[in-house]
Amino acid sequence: MTTMTRESSFPELPDPDAVRNSMGGIDSPEIDNTSDDPRQRAPLVTGDNDFASVTEKVTQLALFPIKKTPKAWWVAFAAALFLLALLKFTIVYLLVTGTGIWGNNTPVSWGFPIVNFVFWVGIGHAGTLISAILFLFRQNWRTSINRFAEAMTIFAVMCAGLFPALHVGRAWFAYWLFPIPNQMAMWPQMRSPLLWDVFAVSTYATVSILFWYVGMIPDLATLRDRATSKTSQVLYGIFSLGWNGSSRHWVRFERAYLLLAAIATPLVLSVHSVVSFDFAVAQLPGWHTTIFPPYFVAGAVFGGFAMVITLAVPARQFFGLKEIITMRHLENMAKVMLATGLIVSYAYATEFFVAWYSGHHYEQFVFMNRPMGSLKWAFWTMFLCNVCGPQFMWFKALRNNLWVLMFSAMCVNVGMWFERFVITVTSLHRDFLPSSWATFVPTKIDYLMLLGSFGLFFTMFLLFLRFLPAVAMAEVKSVLPQAHPHHHGDDHSSSHGDGHDGGTKDGEAH
Amino acid sequence: MSSTVTPVKEESAQLIGLMAEFEDVTSVFAATEKVRDAGFKNFDVHAPFPIHHIDRAMGMKPTKLPWIALCGGLIGLTFGASLVYFSNAITPEGAPVSLQGYQFLISGKPLFSLPANIPILFETTILFTAFAIVLGMLRLNNLPMHYNPLFKSDRFRRATQDKFFIVIDADDDQFDKDKTQQFLFDAGAEAIEEVWD
Repeated sequence: MTTMTRESSFPELPDPDAVRNSMGGIDSPEIDNTSDDPRQRAPLVTGDNDFASVTEKVTQLALFPIKKTPKAWWVAFAAALFLLALLKFTIVYLLVTGTGIWGNNTPVSWGFPIVNFVFWVGIGHAGTLISAILFLFRQNWRTSINRFAEAMTIFAVMCAGLFPALHVGRAWFAYWLFPIPNQMAMWPQMRSPLLWDVFAVSTYATVSILFWYVGMIPDLATLRDRATSKTSQVLYGIFSLGWNGSSRHWVRFERAYLLLAAIATPLVLSVHSVVSFDFAVAQLPGWHTTIFPPYFVAGAVFGGFAMVITLAVPARQFFGLKEIITMRHLENMAKVMLATGLIVSYAYATEFFVAWYSGHHYEQFVFMNRPMGSLKWAFWTMFLCNVCGPQFMWFKALRNNLWVLMFSAMCVNVGMWFERFVITVTSLHRDFLPSSWATFVPTKIDYLMLLGSFGLFFTMFLLFLRFLPAVAMAEVKSVLPQAHPHHHGDDHSSSHGDGHDGGTKDGEAH
Repeated sequence: MSSTVTPVKEESAQLIGLMAEFEDVTSVFAATEKVRDAGFKNFDVHAPFPIHHIDRAMGMKPTKLPWIALCGGLIGLTFGASLVYFSNAITPEGAPVSLQGYQFLISGKPLFSLPANIPILFETTILFTAFAIVLGMLRLNNLPMHYNPLFKSDRFRRATQDKFFIVIDADDDQFDKDKTQQFLFDAGAEAIEEVWD
């Protein structure tokens, strides 16, 4: 006898078509799990979901045959590819022509490229905050959104990395930024904030990719085991490294995840602090302030959460993930966005107060010039978007209205770009000597490149949504009520007691 | 999917172990404790997600991964410190041109000052720690391991989806094919398969 079984037949794997048909589409009703009633724990996953249904809902996104890919995805992907082509075109044009095609010119040598860099690297911070900091705080609701927030981080950092590499002028020499032994005896200045930035951003990118990939290994194994085509089986098979769900592996995996979260937390705080040092270490009024590191980190989380919301709302709408990324997730993100928005508003107020209180008249001039000078439209756009935009989130009815939520998030996306524009350009274009003042005029290429970077971001993001597990399935399963041994009765109470530890010792004594 | 399961069995095939399928967390947890208490050492519990406290139920020792992470961090710190020191602060006597470093003399500031170098030290520490954690975890888990006799079973594909499996290795001292099979069945297994390789 080779097989003993209580069942008469081997259980069939669920039919993907049936799953897709039963799945919540755009028109399926929203389930309200945003109640704050402390007597009831709000469910993290709504609907009647179990391990099998979560697996089906998440894997069917990745395992659709190409022909059955939702139309919405193709439309979005075509638009993203168009923008990506635009980016490619502008980069080639830049490389063959030179940086003169940008609006950067003395005294504003840091125009759009640096503004875009700070904007994109900031976006990434929400992903790491969700995956690492909320993990350390045991915020279990993060499980539904952490995977794609981490993906967002990586793609945002890719966009960010592009701009300083191009901004060096001769992009083919960008490797000079790294300490590589060379026959010219030329080494980077390790005490310069710009070099700290190279280390901080490249470490951040590397650690984010490791964190993302390690977290994805078990889910890639799920895809491997559900894939029906040979190509997907082989590819998911290679990247899942032979993961087999062993609990001995899980224990070390969980420890690795915890340790990675513990080091990613100071890392993410350091990255935008170091980015802010690029400004704060300079002597320029409007840049040379000690508030910059915390102000930049709060701004990064603020802008990042707005981007997570921007991506989460359509993704859950179009890909049938309403029961996994629930209204409560959106509500929580809206609250984080509001809270960080208030920190940012407070930082704006502090900057103005300190400029006045310092008695430093160059500093005072810069802060008068921002709301009233030639670039006042940029300042007021920033103010309206970042200070007023998130205020709708105070009200539950508005938070839970997806249109208002998206509007607020869009405001913040725009506002945070303008914040970096205001910081970079308004300080540079009116410095100490009026004779060196000049007006910054961005060129068409500047705008096209910014637009193109969204193409890179969305292309990567859509490919991720289509081919990789967009939700951390294993983690979501572990927060379902069925995942706890005590769920079906309390017949294991002794296993967590003293007798249990004795058992462990016995086991080791053999 | 076929309704009968015939393990792949060749002339030279050896029995690797017994694989028992369980329906839910509660039953697999209880069975794991029974397996541990029966004195089995070489067994594993396969689950689609980490089961809380399963390490205790299996009688596992704590992992040494944190120590590997610490070593990685210390190596990273040392690497960072050496990097900033040898590339900016001193010129080693007789070093080849490509390794001489460059001493930036700016406003009479010292060539090596810890505060100005902390960001680099911090980043290399984090970077090396992260690699130590990931590579250490994979090494301890013997991953990547793309060949595994368990993967020959169609049933086992649900170990990464919604089912739970206890696999007792044939090389365990307590292993006896028929007795162990009965033992697993009594422990609440839904189905039991032999694993051959």
